[in-house]
Amino acid sequence: MLTYIARRLVTAVLILLGASFVVYQLTALSGDPLHDLRASNAPNKDQLIQQRIDLLNLDVPAPVRYFQWLGGAVRCVIPTQCDLGYAINGQPVTEALGRAMGMTILLVSAAAVLAIVIGVALGIVTALRQYSTLDYGVTFMAFLFFSLPVFWVAVLLKEFAAIGFNNFLRDPHIPLQTILLIGLVSAVVWFVCAAGTLPRRFGAAAIGFVLAAAVMWVLSATGWFATPGLGLAVIALTGTAIAFGTTLLAAGLRNRRALYAALASAGAGVVLYFPIQPLLAQATGLMIFLLAVATVLAGLAAGYLMGGYDRRQNMSAAAITAFLTGGLILLDRYMQAWPAYMDNSRINGRPIATIGSQTPNLRGDFWIHGLDTFTHLLLPTIALLLISLASYSRYARSSMLEIMNMDYIRTARAKGLSERTVVMRHAFRNALIPIATIVAFDIGGLIGGAVITENVFAFAGMGQLFIKSLERVDPNPVMGVFLVTGIVALVFNLIADLVYSALDPRVRVKA
Amino acid sequence: MTTTTKTVKALKPGKAPKVSRPGKAGRAAARRQAGLSQGQLVRRRFLGNTAAVASLVLFVLILVLAYSAGGFLGLPGWWKYTHNEVTDVLNGGVPTLQLLPFSLGEHPFGQDRLGRDTFAQTMRGVQISVAVMAIIGLVGGFIGVVIGAAAGYFRGWVETLLMRLTDIVIIIPLIILAAVLGQVASRSVPAGVQPYFLGLFVGTVVWTGLARLVRAEFLSLREREFVDAARIAGASSARIIFKHILPNAVGVIIVSVTLSMSAAILLETSLSYIGMGVKAPDVSLGLLISQNQEAFSTRPWLFWWPGLFIVAICLCVNFIGDGLRDAFDPRQKKFNARRAKEAPVPPAAVGSGHPGSGRDLAGTDGSDD
Repeated sequence: MLTYIARRLVTAVLILLGASFVVYQLTALSGDPLHDLRASNAPNKDQLIQQRIDLLNLDVPAPVRYFQWLGGAVRCVIPTQCDLGYAINGQPVTEALGRAMGMTILLVSAAAVLAIVIGVALGIVTALRQYSTLDYGVTFMAFLFFSLPVFWVAVLLKEFAAIGFNNFLRDPHIPLQTILLIGLVSAVVWFVCAAGTLPRRFGAAAIGFVLAAAVMWVLSATGWFATPGLGLAVIALTGTAIAFGTTLLAAGLRNRRALYAALASAGAGVVLYFPIQPLLAQATGLMIFLLAVATVLAGLAAGYLMGGYDRRQNMSAAAITAFLTGGLILLDRYMQAWPAYMDNSRINGRPIATIGSQTPNLRGDFWIHGLDTFTHLLLPTIALLLISLASYSRYARSSMLEIMNMDYIRTARAKGLSERTVVMRHAFRNALIPIATIVAFDIGGLIGGAVITENVFAFAGMGQLFIKSLERVDPNPVMGVFLVTGIVALVFNLIADLVYSALDPRVRVKA
Repeated sequence: MTTTTKTVKALKPGKAPKVSRPGKAGRAAARRQAGLSQGQLVRRRFLGNTAAVASLVLFVLILVLAYSAGGFLGLPGWWKYTHNEVTDVLNGGVPTLQLLPFSLGEHPFGQDRLGRDTFAQTMRGVQISVAVMAIIGLVGGFIGVVIGAAAGYFRGWVETLLMRLTDIVIIIPLIILAAVLGQVASRSVPAGVQPYFLGLFVGTVVWTGLARLVRAEFLSLREREFVDAARIAGASSARIIFKHILPNAVGVIIVSVTLSMSAAILLETSLSYIGMGVKAPDVSLGLLISQNQEAFSTRPWLFWWPGLFIVAICLCVNFIGDGLRDAFDPRQKKFNARRAKEAPVPPAAVGSGHPGSGRDLAGTDGSDD
């Protein structure tokens, strides 16, 4: 195993050396880095040109310059000694790269997590209901999203989601036609999702229509969009629903101990809602993180104390419920900060941003800054989500279909296991194996893959840094970005192989 | 709906002979079945796939519209304006396309700020984008097949060398490499042929996935008995590769190339959008969107039409690729045992009332042994 990893790492270093040489030469070939100065009318033109030649060692031929760059890059093995050269404007590349990397990770992480969770869930459900209307609907949507150019979606989102929604917030009352339209859309969704006979599905559609229209009407009439919030009642209701849902998936409703443990966690969240508010008023990122950990631990403890023959089921059901209920309370607290955010002079009542990653010079507490990040990340995240969602749902569907046709699934059914156990324990876990490797590959590619999205939303991440540097024929930042994306991709390739062999004992890595 | 029912009925006689019965009729049926070549089987399964056939028809219609309206190879098209012809802006450049009653009007897709006809521009953009897409797919497909086949067939140091080369190319994020190469192309090649050079360059870097796929396919095929037989009979390596192995791998290759073309059109439009692909005197769908996105609030049609054509082309190619995959390898759409358990009705009877049941049949078709 260790020899295998060592051999892979050595190969990876050699690949990286070869690829970085190619990229350096291509960047150098792609144009004249002195182009803008040659065309300028500055009186000290010659001096500026000489300055840049000295800064970037332009008097040395490109192949030799690559080895000069490599000499500095190799020292990055010791983090404090890192030297990736200077950008064309004299800024050290390590500095610019560090900032851009933080931005990119912020941008892609939320989209990646959401895409994986929603995509896999959709894929599993459509596989279980193969050839249903839902399956055809999701398949068509997956193909459609797959075919959407991200820049086109981005411009549409900016126009309708951002500008349209901001205009709506000025006077947050939904007209009757829109309420009916939303109700109709909801009815179609309910009809497609419902299973069974036609009358039953039409019944589901009617329920969907009434529910959505009623909720929209109440929200509009109470001016909810101006002063949003969940309130204790909604948290209690949703928490109970979550408790039932997670128990259903994790343990089955027959396991009463798991159900009571989950309900207890949800109840604890509701009881703690008021006592915790003063603490949340002085929140910091670290505090929220610690609270989240404490919530999960409390859930695990509740499940453990409930006892029974299978404590693991209680514990997972209670912990997931506790975490989600905690999330609801957090969401409610963010919503409480919404009016203050809207009234902020830097926001001026138009919260959903179309470009950038934060409002400059915004003053406010933890919640205001959190909302600010949220409103800036919303559109790029949706754009990225739509596109990666499609492929995950397809992979998950085909993987799950293959598993459901396996002999051991038939065996599991034949020995009388419940459908939940067959699907969740025997099929779902095995279907995740190929998805896990695809996820690892994708994360490797994602870091450098948001180039277009960053460009459209003027998000100062690595893709933006790369494109801007390439336009200026500035090799050092290009190489910096390449180095990061290349190392991440190689490492995640290795992780993908190791994960595969760890999850599937039939696959052994060659030592 | 009606086409679906028709395909179901048309398929049924084709399926019937598959049930082999002893006797004269059975032998005749067997002969009829033996008479179906691999190509005929694939074509029959593909034609049973409503979504794929509809996509193919739509794709061909888009191509015919774009090439006949804009003209190509120096031939004039039937449309009265060319993509860079500046005329007076009529009525603010609002589109004149009418569906009921159908009439094109003076400028069916409207005009831009300078008075250029959006229909002519979009048609020119479709031509260029589809051409670039095809070049990327064919060049990438060719290189991928050659490298994958050589690595998989010859093994040894050839394989090591070629696969490390693949690793090097694959590690460089595709859009980054394409951007650098596009940049080089745009500075060293005259305008007019630039888009095709862009396709050529991008094609030389997108072959990696196919090369790995073809290598894996060759690795398993070269161990089969018919290859051994050919080798013992004294066939040369070239003959074994081209006559014995490649025809067996052609399904994988065609499907992969088709699906890579849909990725290629998105790649080309994205590159053009960020200014690294097709450049100004030339027109491409991505470039049109990039040029017109600022005008969204005043002239939304400049933005809608090129985008809709990208989505339509990409969607068609994806559905065609998916249909080809099902046609070449029906095992991938296994019959679901659970569905059979819950619905004891024969699939054909269930299918006739359902949309898209052609796919259903095509899926079960191969697994009735």
